[in-house]
Amino acid sequence: MQDNGITPSQTVGPFFKYGLTPTGEYAWNDAFTNSTLTPDVTGDRVRIEGRVFDGDGVAVPDVMLEIWQADGQGRFADPQDKRGLSNASFRGFARCGTDKDGNYSFETIKPGVVPDPDGKPQAPHVLLAVFGRGMLRHLYTRIYFSDEAGNAADPVLAVVPADRRATLTAVREAGKPVYRLDLRLQGDNETVFFDV
Amino acid sequence: MTFIYPVDSNTAHPLPLSPEYKSSIKRAPNKPLIPMRHTLSELTGPVYGHETVREGDNDLTTQHTGEPLGERIIVHGHVCDEDGRGVPNSLVEIWQANSCGRYVHVRDQHPAPLDPNFTGAGRTVSDVSGYYRFVTIKPGAYPWGNHHNAWRPAHIHLSVFGHSFVTRLVTQMYFPADPLFPFDPIFNSVPDEKARARMVSSFDLENTQPEWALCYRFDIVLRGKNATPMENH
Repeated sequence: MQDNGITPSQTVGPFFKYGLTPTGEYAWNDAFTNSTLTPDVTGDRVRIEGRVFDGDGVAVPDVMLEIWQADGQGRFADPQDKRGLSNASFRGFARCGTDKDGNYSFETIKPGVVPDPDGKPQAPHVLLAVFGRGMLRHLYTRIYFSDEAGNAADPVLAVVPADRRATLTAVREAGKPVYRLDLRLQGDNETVFFDV
Repeated sequence: MTFIYPVDSNTAHPLPLSPEYKSSIKRAPNKPLIPMRHTLSELTGPVYGHETVREGDNDLTTQHTGEPLGERIIVHGHVCDEDGRGVPNSLVEIWQANSCGRYVHVRDQHPAPLDPNFTGAGRTVSDVSGYYRFVTIKPGAYPWGNHHNAWRPAHIHLSVFGHSFVTRLVTQMYFPADPLFPFDPIFNSVPDEKARARMVSSFDLENTQPEWALCYRFDIVLRGKNATPMENH
């Protein structure tokens, strides 16, 4: 008998790799990679990388991360975004599994400014969903960029306690288009996760 | 039109810290999640359609030269929202163990046979009414070391994209009347009995194909109560 409540979440478990994040090790086609880039994409190409740790500070080798973001002009590849998409082939979605040392990386472009519900500008940000063994429901967080002045006025960062905002801010490496952000699932410097 | 999603729908989900499920102890956040208003970033989501899915990706029994061993089954149903509206064009991905309860994943060391004719991964896209369908092999139960004599009930993992990034769902479909339900901390991490029941498929005799395959129905319900016009300037 079906009621209309939502289907509960369950963990992806440790063995999702051949179904969700294949990398050529399994006889299955790659539907997704860790890159949003297409040949004709415009914008500043960046690499976001880091490691994922559990509450003991141990690297987590069996987490899947997904990103969702706007293009360089702040527009989403979704028909619900009625403003029109300038990069017709930019999809804004990518998926990555952590390696044995907990490393992840994404190749993407820096997103543009997206309005909040009041029309106020949000600083450039990437949505990040975290799935893994031991995680019964995926967690939502955001990645901001350390060299964006708009962070100071961002309406979502504003609801995060000031001493925790650094957990959402990927730090640019000197002279390179590379940003680093480690994720901590619990404990000291626990990453901020949002209730959405 | 942009959908507005009620946060209270999320009460159907498991508690992040479910100590009986030992892996959750060091991986669930200690600090409360921070509430925030949904913005266009949360209310949009990836739209991956038919170009991502090859013909035959929804039949896990024909991916190799030979027939996989085990009990061939049909799994079908609708992806819909809380008001019963079908969710069209939703990418549904599945992965599972083989009929002996063994994943092809290199780290699965359960001493049960691998099946050279079964990978256990598939994908499809729901049609205009939200309908999806897979042909696969009924997965076996397997031991997992969480506690003494711990065995997972037979299950198929499903990953579903809805209308937005906040409707993203990964769940597990179980089979009716599995004797392992009372002992499984992952299944029982969902506190509400009615919500737990939504993870159990129903045997579907009407769509069982004579001389060929049993059928199970599994409807997947995503958030999505209010469809509200929203100006995006």
